[in-house]
Amino acid sequence: MSAAPVTMLESEIRWTPSARGRLGMYCLIAAEAAIFTIFVVAYLFYVGKSLSGPRPQEVLHVPIFFTICLLSSSATIHFAVRSLRNGKAGAFTRWWFLTLALGAAFLLGTALEWRHLIYDEGLTIQTNLFGTTYYSLVGLHAFHVVMGLLALSTVLSLALLGKVKREHTERLDTLALYWHFVDTVWVVVFLVVYVIGR
Amino acid sequence: MSTEVIAWPRTEESSRPLVDRLHAWVTTVDHKRLGLMYILYALVFLVIGGIEATIMRIQLSAAHKAFVSPQVFNRMFTMHGTTMIFFVVMPLVFGLANYLVPLMIGARDMAFPRLNAFSFWLTAFGGILLYFSFIGANGLYGAGNAPDVGWFAYAPLTSSTFSPGHSTDFWTLGLLVSGFGSIGTAINIIVTILCMRCPGMKLGKMPLLVWLNLVMGGLVILAVSPLSAAQIMLLIDRYLGGHFFDTQAGGSAVIWMHFFWIFGHPEVYVLVIPAFAAASEIIPVFSRKAIFGYPVMVAATVCIGFIGMSVWAHHMFTVGMSSNANTFFVLTTMAIAVPTGIKIFNWLATMWGGKIEFKSPMLFCTGFLFQFLVAGLTGIMLGAAPFDWQLGNSYFVVAHFHYVIVGGIMFCLFGAFYYWFPKMSGRMYNEALGRLHFWLFLIGFHLTFDFMHIPGMLGMPRRIYTYEPGRGWDTWNLIVTIGVFFQGLGILVFAVNLLLSSVRGKIAGNDPWDAWTLEWATSSPPPAYNFAVIPSVKSRRPLWDLKHPEDPDWEYE
Amino acid sequence: MVSTLEVFCFQIFQMGILMQSTLNNPAKRPLLKVLPILFCLAPDCFAEAGVFSSPTNIFAPASTPANSIFGLSLFVLAITATIFMIVVSLLTYAAVKFRKRTDDDGREPAQVYGSNQVEIAWTVIPVLIVVVLFMATARVIASVQRTVPANALQVVVVGHQFWWEYRYPGLKVVTANELHVPVGSPTALKLLSADTDHSFWVPRLAGKTDLIPNLTNGTWIDPQETGLYLGQCAQYCGTQHAKMLLRVYVQSPNDFERWIQEQSQPAHLSAAVSEGRRIFEATACMNCHTVAGTPADGRFGPDLTHLMSRDTIGAGVATNNHENLRLWIQDPSAFKPGALMPAMGLNDRELNAVTAYLETLR
Repeated sequence: MSAAPVTMLESEIRWTPSARGRLGMYCLIAAEAAIFTIFVVAYLFYVGKSLSGPRPQEVLHVPIFFTICLLSSSATIHFAVRSLRNGKAGAFTRWWFLTLALGAAFLLGTALEWRHLIYDEGLTIQTNLFGTTYYSLVGLHAFHVVMGLLALSTVLSLALLGKVKREHTERLDTLALYWHFVDTVWVVVFLVVYVIGR
Repeated sequence: MSTEVIAWPRTEESSRPLVDRLHAWVTTVDHKRLGLMYILYALVFLVIGGIEATIMRIQLSAAHKAFVSPQVFNRMFTMHGTTMIFFVVMPLVFGLANYLVPLMIGARDMAFPRLNAFSFWLTAFGGILLYFSFIGANGLYGAGNAPDVGWFAYAPLTSSTFSPGHSTDFWTLGLLVSGFGSIGTAINIIVTILCMRCPGMKLGKMPLLVWLNLVMGGLVILAVSPLSAAQIMLLIDRYLGGHFFDTQAGGSAVIWMHFFWIFGHPEVYVLVIPAFAAASEIIPVFSRKAIFGYPVMVAATVCIGFIGMSVWAHHMFTVGMSSNANTFFVLTTMAIAVPTGIKIFNWLATMWGGKIEFKSPMLFCTGFLFQFLVAGLTGIMLGAAPFDWQLGNSYFVVAHFHYVIVGGIMFCLFGAFYYWFPKMSGRMYNEALGRLHFWLFLIGFHLTFDFMHIPGMLGMPRRIYTYEPGRGWDTWNLIVTIGVFFQGLGILVFAVNLLLSSVRGKIAGNDPWDAWTLEWATSSPPPAYNFAVIPSVKSRRPLWDLKHPEDPDWEYE
Repeated sequence: MVSTLEVFCFQIFQMGILMQSTLNNPAKRPLLKVLPILFCLAPDCFAEAGVFSSPTNIFAPASTPANSIFGLSLFVLAITATIFMIVVSLLTYAAVKFRKRTDDDGREPAQVYGSNQVEIAWTVIPVLIVVVLFMATARVIASVQRTVPANALQVVVVGHQFWWEYRYPGLKVVTANELHVPVGSPTALKLLSADTDHSFWVPRLAGKTDLIPNLTNGTWIDPQETGLYLGQCAQYCGTQHAKMLLRVYVQSPNDFERWIQEQSQPAHLSAAVSEGRRIFEATACMNCHTVAGTPADGRFGPDLTHLMSRDTIGAGVATNNHENLRLWIQDPSAFKPGALMPAMGLNDRELNAVTAYLETLR
C-alpha cells in the first residue's frame, strides 16, 4: 500500500546518527545521575547516624593515588579519541589501552581498600549505617566502572584486530562521554565520602 | 531431483505461515508494531487489574463481609495498584507515543529501533515476573505469594522481618526491570523528537502531542531513576543485610517515603501528560478549530513538569514533617494548579466558537474535561495540609486519584483509541457501540467514584479489608461496588467493538476525521516506512495548509 | 460533602446535556433553567444529617485541632465549589452552544489561535486564588502544629502490629487499646512505633498523625464533650491493619481521676484463680504480656493488668465478654487472622482456668 505523499518540497534528510547517539548518551547520563543522586542523598542523610561500629574518621584513608589514576584516564581517553580523529590508529590504541589500565588500577585500589576495611577493620555492608551507605555508593560507582571497562575492552579488542577506523570517531567520542561521566561521579563520591562525610 | 526451474510464488502477507507472522511480530523493531504490542499488553492487564478491583469491591460492599481473607485482600490492592500504574497506563502511554510520535514528526521510525524493542520486552517481562509471584513466591516460611505491601511498599513493612518470603522481591524486581524499559523508551522518545523532525518542523511547529511526550520523556528519566535507586537499596537491605530502611539500626522509614514519592509524584504527571496530549489533538479536530494558545500550552506543560518535581511530600503531610516543610509543599502543590488550570481553560477556549461533533473520541474528551476539573479541585483540597490531615490516607484520596486516573486519563485514552483506531487498523469502529461504551462507563465511573468521596469524609481509611458497621460507611460502599459492574460492561462493549471493527469495520481511508497532523497524510494503516517521501512542513497543521491554501496556518503563527 | 453531591447533580446534568447534543435535539433551554434549581436542592440533601451521620465524621469536630481543620476545610470547599460552578457552567455552555448544527454549511469556523488579554486574566486570577488559599493554609498549619498547650496531660502512644499501647508517664499508668482523657483540657500524645508505620486517626478529635519507628511524632487533642470517640489506624501496617481500632473515652475530671487511680493499682490477686494464673505464667503468656505485681512482664503484647476494665478486646475487634475472651485465647485468628498472638493450644480445662483468671483482672 503506497502512501499519498504530503510534500511541499522534497528535502534531504538532515539528521545525523552521531547527534542521536550523543543525545541518547546525555539522556542516559541524566538517568544515571538521578540514580547516583539518590545514593548520595542517602549517604549524606546517614552521616553520623550509625548506632555502632567503625566510624568513617577511624577507618577511611583518602585514596589519592587511585583517584589520580581514574581522573587521568579521562585525559587519556580524550587523547585517544583525538588521535583517532586525526587518523592515527596506532596512537589511538595506545592511549585507549592506557585508559583501560588506569581504570583497572582504580578498581584494584577499590578492591584493596575494601579488603582492608572488611578484614582489618571489620566493616561490612551489614555492620552499620556507614557500612551500608559506603559500600552501596562506592560499589555502585565501581559497578559502573566495570561496565565501562567492559565496553573499553571490547573496543580495544576491535582496535587490536585493526577494525577501528577514523569514521568510528564520533561513536567512540560518545562512549568517552560515558567514561567522563563515571569520572565525574567519582569526584562527587570522593567529596561526599572522604571529605564531607569524615 | 527435477531439473525444472521452480519459481517461488510471491506470498501475500496473510498467507504466510502463522509461525512466520508471529516471529515477525516478536522480532519487530517497527515503532508501529511495538506501539500496538504495548497497547494490547496494557489492555490484557487492564482486565486483570479490573478483576482485582472487583474482588476488592465485592469484599467491601458490606461491613464484615467475608468474601476473601485479609491476606488475599491485601494482595489485591497491592497488585491492582501496581498493575494499573506500571502495566496498564504506562504501557498505554508508551504505546501511543511509540506509534504516533514518528508519524507526527514525519520520521520513518524512532531513533533507536532496537532499543525500542528491548525496552518493550523488558517492560513485558517485568509484568510477567510480577504476576509469577502468585505461584512462585513461596519462600522458606511458605509465606510467599503475590506482594501485599501496598503499591508504594512503605518501609519497614517491606523488610525481611515483616515481609518474609519472596513476595516483596517480585514487586521490587518486576518494577526494577520494567523501570529500565521505561527509561529506555524515554531516551528513545526524547532523541527521536529532538533529532528526527522533518524539514521545516522547528520545535515551535511540532504538534502538541509531540511536545507533551517530550516533557513526559524527560520526567521519566528524572523520576523512574530514583525509584530504581530505592529498589536497589531495598534489595540490599533484604538480601545483603543492609540498613537503609532498617529502623532498628538507626535507619529511617521516612527516607523510603521521600525516595518513593520523588518518583511517585512525577510519575502521575508521566501518566497524565500524554492524556493531555491526546486531548490536545482530539478536541481541536472535533471542534474544527486550532488549539487555543499553543505557546502557553507548551509553557504550561513544561512548568507542570518542573513544579511536579517539587511537590512530592504532599503525600507525606501526616508523617510528622516540620511545619516549615509542610508549608513549603503546600505552596508548590497549590502552585501547580495554575498551569493545570490554564490548560483546562485553553481546551475550553478551543471548543468556544467551534462546530463541535460529539463522536466517540470527543465524548470521552468532554467527559475528561469535566472530570479532570473535579479531580484537580479535590487535589487542591488535599493540598491544604491540615485538610489532608483528615482526608489523607482515606477513601477521599482513593476517590481523588481514581478521578484523575480513570476519569481523566482513561477517558482521554479511550478517546485516543477511538480517534486513532482507524489509522492503526485501517477500519472505522462502530460508532453506536462507542457511544454505548461511553454511557455505560460514565454511569459506572460516577456511581463508583463520586460516592467514594463520602466514606473518606466519614472517616474510612484506605487499605482495610473490612470495616465496622455503625460508622455510616455501608450504603456508600454498596453504591461504589454497583458502579464497578457498569464499568465492566463498558469495557466489555469496548473490547467487542475493537474486535468486531478490526475485521468488519468500514474501510477508513487516510483521513476519516478531516484532521491536520502528518499521521493522517499516509495510508491507514501506514506502510512500514511511514511516508513514501519525507514531508516538509511550514506550520503546526500541515494538512490544514494543504486543505486551505488560501488561508494557511503559517500566516498566523 | 458539598462538592460530591453537587458533582453528582452536575454529572446528571452534564449527561443530560451530552445526550441532547448527541441526539441533536434543539430543545435545550428547559434544561438550562433546571440548573439553578438543582443547585438549590443540593445543599438541602447534605443538610439531611441522618444520611451522613457517623461517629467518625470529619465535619463534626469536637476538639480544637479538629475545629481548626474544619474551619479551613469550609473555606477551601467554598472556593473550590465556586471555581467548580463557574468552570462547569462555561464548559456546559460551550458543549451545548457550539455544537455542529444539522443545517451546517460545512465551512470551518473562525480559527482563533489565542488572545493575550484572556490568557493573562486566567493566569492572574488563579495565581491570586492560590495565594489566598496558601496563606489560609499556612496559618492553620502553624496554629495546629506549633501550639501544643503547655499544661497538657502527657500520654505516650506506641503503635504495634495490631494494637495500641498507652503510657501515662507522669501518672505511672500503662494500658492498651482504650485511651482515657479528661474533657476540656488538652492531652499531648507522643507517638512512637514498635514495628512498622501506623497512624493515629480519631477524626472528631484531630487530623491523623503517623507513628513511625525510630521517629518521635506528636499530636494533641482537647475534647470539649465527654463521650466515646472512635477511629482506627490509618497507615497500612500489615494483615490486620483494618482491625487496629481506636477508642478514646473522654471523661469528666472526676471520672478520669478515678480511672487513673484504678489503673495504677497492681493486679487483683485472687486465690480462686490460682490455677489459671499458674498456667498463664508457665506457658508463654507471660513472655508477651504484663500483669503488674506478678512475674509476668512481657512487653510484646498488651498490658493485661486491668483487662476487664476495657469494653473490647483485640484492639476493638470484639466485645470483652466471657465467650469472646475465651475464644480469643483459644485462637486469636478466629477474630483477627494474621494477628501476632499465636494460638497456644490450651485444652478446654486450661482455657477455662486462664479465662477465669483474666476475668479477675479488673
